[in-house]
Amino acid sequence: MNAPIDPALLERSAALQGLGDSRLRKEDARFIQGKGNYVDDIKMPGMLHMDIVRSPVAHARVKKIDKTEALKVPGVIAVLTADDLKPLKLHWMPTLAGDVQAVLADEKVHFQMQEVAVVIAEDRYAAADGVEAVLVEYEELPVVIDPFAALEPNAPVLRDDLAGKTDGAHGKREHPNHIFTWEAGDKAAADAAFANAPVTVAERIFYPRVHPCPLETCGCVASFDPVRGELTTYMTSQAPHVVRTVVSLLSGLPESKIRIVSPDIGGGFGNKVGVYPGYVCAIVASIVLGKPVKWIEDRIENISSTAFARDYHMDGELAATADGRILGMRVNVIADHGAFDACADPTKYPAGLFHICSGSYDIPAAWCSVKGVYTNKAPGGVAYRCSFRVTEAVYVIERMVDILAQKLGMDKAEIRAKNFIRKEQFPYTSAFGFEYDSGDYHTALQKVLDACDYKGLRAEQAARRADPDSPTLMGIGLVAFTEVVGAGPSKMCDILGVGMFDSCEIRVHPTGSAIARMGTITQGQGHQTTYAQIIATELGIPSEVIQVEEGDTSTAPYGLGTYGSRSTPVAGAAIALAARKIHAKARKIAAHLLEVGENDLDWEIDRFKVKGDDSKFKSMKDICWAAYHQAPPGLEPGLEAVHYYDPPNFTFPFGIYLCVVDIDRGTGETKVRRFYALDDCGTRINPMIIEGQIHGGLTEGYAVAMGQQMPFDAQGNLLGNTLMDYFLPTAVETPKWETDHTVTPSPHHPIGAKGVAESPHVGSIPTFTSAVVDAFAHLGVKHMVMPHSAYRVWQQLVKSGVAL
Amino acid sequence: MTKQLISLSVNGRRIEKAVEPRLLLVHFLREECHLTGAHIGCETSHCGACTVDIDGQSVKGCTHLAVQCDGSEVLTVEGLAQGAVLHAVQEGFYKEHGLQCGFCTPGMLMRAYRFLQENPNPTEDEVRAGMSGNLCRCTGYQNIVKAVLHAAAKLQQTEKVAA
Repeated sequence: MNAPIDPALLERSAALQGLGDSRLRKEDARFIQGKGNYVDDIKMPGMLHMDIVRSPVAHARVKKIDKTEALKVPGVIAVLTADDLKPLKLHWMPTLAGDVQAVLADEKVHFQMQEVAVVIAEDRYAAADGVEAVLVEYEELPVVIDPFAALEPNAPVLRDDLAGKTDGAHGKREHPNHIFTWEAGDKAAADAAFANAPVTVAERIFYPRVHPCPLETCGCVASFDPVRGELTTYMTSQAPHVVRTVVSLLSGLPESKIRIVSPDIGGGFGNKVGVYPGYVCAIVASIVLGKPVKWIEDRIENISSTAFARDYHMDGELAATADGRILGMRVNVIADHGAFDACADPTKYPAGLFHICSGSYDIPAAWCSVKGVYTNKAPGGVAYRCSFRVTEAVYVIERMVDILAQKLGMDKAEIRAKNFIRKEQFPYTSAFGFEYDSGDYHTALQKVLDACDYKGLRAEQAARRADPDSPTLMGIGLVAFTEVVGAGPSKMCDILGVGMFDSCEIRVHPTGSAIARMGTITQGQGHQTTYAQIIATELGIPSEVIQVEEGDTSTAPYGLGTYGSRSTPVAGAAIALAARKIHAKARKIAAHLLEVGENDLDWEIDRFKVKGDDSKFKSMKDICWAAYHQAPPGLEPGLEAVHYYDPPNFTFPFGIYLCVVDIDRGTGETKVRRFYALDDCGTRINPMIIEGQIHGGLTEGYAVAMGQQMPFDAQGNLLGNTLMDYFLPTAVETPKWETDHTVTPSPHHPIGAKGVAESPHVGSIPTFTSAVVDAFAHLGVKHMVMPHSAYRVWQQLVKSGVAL
Repeated sequence: MTKQLISLSVNGRRIEKAVEPRLLLVHFLREECHLTGAHIGCETSHCGACTVDIDGQSVKGCTHLAVQCDGSEVLTVEGLAQGAVLHAVQEGFYKEHGLQCGFCTPGMLMRAYRFLQENPNPTEDEVRAGMSGNLCRCTGYQNIVKAVLHAAAKLQQTEKVAA
């Protein structure tokens, strides 16, 4: 047994509310009193409002734009079109993916709701009136919605502006509608594994187009000061520093004269990573008119035109031994990128980190290929609550493992356990070249199976299947996922050439409080609470007196922002290391004050003690004061540090999810009876916040699996761009969640943390599909396409002859 | 456009203003009264981020005209706390981690405020049904349900003490 811990030490430690403490959130006071400061809450003197004229059709030539009537509308100040932006060379803008995107339609529109003109007016009602009065003449062109059809030899050419351009940003373009082909792994090795394998399975796994749909839409307030030549823009951005760089490159203004501020953000989920035409137009309008200009999207505009996610048509294949040992994997993807390649991925990876698709398994040979294609749909391709294309990757491997198990007549849990990377294999290099940092999949799986009485569930299911009068079908879903997050090592990952490091600046004040400024930006993750906890443990300063500021490029150090679960893995490491620089200086000051050598000191919670003499110590509070008036000779006064952290590797959070569903044979409705989520995110900073993030991610996963989609008709009309049609679950549909965890720290992260908020989204979606399909598995059904709405499931009931 | 004079009480304060008949209540509150707690999330009365209380009913301010509120008593999230003392629903959301990005929170709080007067002692399922006009993208509702139940218990306790 361990020696009992001194209660006084425990009390001092608890008072810090450091790592592991479920401290309540610092952010909440303002939000529960209606005092949040979101972009639409910002008002500036003389502020004008902008609204956007959008294309009603998906593919057309713009024959004529007539502003005359719009300019007569009371309150309308100006109408801008591509022709007005041309002299400034701002009618097109570069995308993050090496393509260009029309800021305002230049002769052609390429998708429904594309930006055609903007109206600037004295208030938002007048701007909307102005939009109605702009007359645009279109000459419609043939529309291409299906990415397979887009690649046919005689398909209509979508991008006239790229005519004759056979070199894309990621290699040769084989067809006018082809963007790139990207491969990973070893094709010859994978082909050899398939050639000799006793068992193979293949399936087309379609991941429909969905939208992150944060509750707050996108928007900005751009304010150019013509006298000072300075631009300030408040905007809904998950990456304000990168936006500043982009705005500087586009506008020619020096970066030092541009200030981008992300104030409170009403949810991002990937939707607020990109730079949208609306932002650019508002900035241009402010520069041209010399007044602040506000632009706020409505919901229809948000769903129709800002970044979508997924839209991957994946042909998955596995090769295996007769007893279920996986020998090889191949995946071929057709990726629908819409009209412009505005996918948000690290530069070298046009399909993101999709090559995590070998999952949690020790697969000796693997290869994947992703082909990006233009269609007449909105651009995007962001990571909706996941790291770059990781949700798609996890979905394809988990579906294929289920399908293989079914073919072999093996149990889902057994086939997974058989193929898992074993604990002792970490660090493990996958066939795709990722070096997985740490994991213990078998322990996690067993914990879930025991907690849910997996054997009992299977027995119950067998009894149900044997009963022809049962009103429901029972399905059990099981998924083991591994993510790759925390992009990333800048030798591999950059955005527009800027390495994907992140940063932290800490200033400790004379009286012992501190402020930390970060390159990331919270959108609900609770950074102001959790970052302070890391500093509290590192420096012995109570969380309560540590302020965390983010999102203002004028005060924060340069960082790449918050998406891809990178805040804790990258910025969290920057905090710990900045704090350690301060800690090292504090030790020097303590040694000076105590008149001993630095090596004669021990650190204990919030103080340095002289070794062997508990009565001689200096608390951090004493040291803070001394740093400003009694610094040792030769040492600079003050107690501050900056750290830019370039991670040596990604982190690899993992989890095991189990779901039990009962499907009504009469209506096709799926009731989630139980959902058990075990997550391993390494070191846990704030368990309350982790649990909240997991609840949220599971609910977004439920939405995607059970109801979200963006259907288009043949003319390119999006049939569902309001919350009347696009499924956001309410408290009634949302299942109750059970959470659990194991802790396998990341060996390369300063505090061992891996990141968590996206795991539940990534892991839950295949779990729901696994459960729904499992309900039909005894009827020979291998796979069903999401979303598993009641109507679709009912169709399967009819097809399988079990509808009541 | 001809303006129409309206007179109403907002958080106990009498306000008289001439407004365009088409002005939405949520815009009136946010732009004219400078109360930016109520948010706009969907413009189709689905998300409930704009929920306020009008004459004892939860109303979605994005599909209600300011002129419809002539003579009404309107309560917004800014009017919930009594001085420095938070309302029980605010306390519940804070203590049970019932919010993340905070965008839906004012609407959630206003709905919870009214719901607990309609049903002071609800079951979990009743909370879920009673709050189903308000969408949250962050929390997955589990902690929102806990927060409302926390507030219900606190309000019951307060009532007992008062009685």
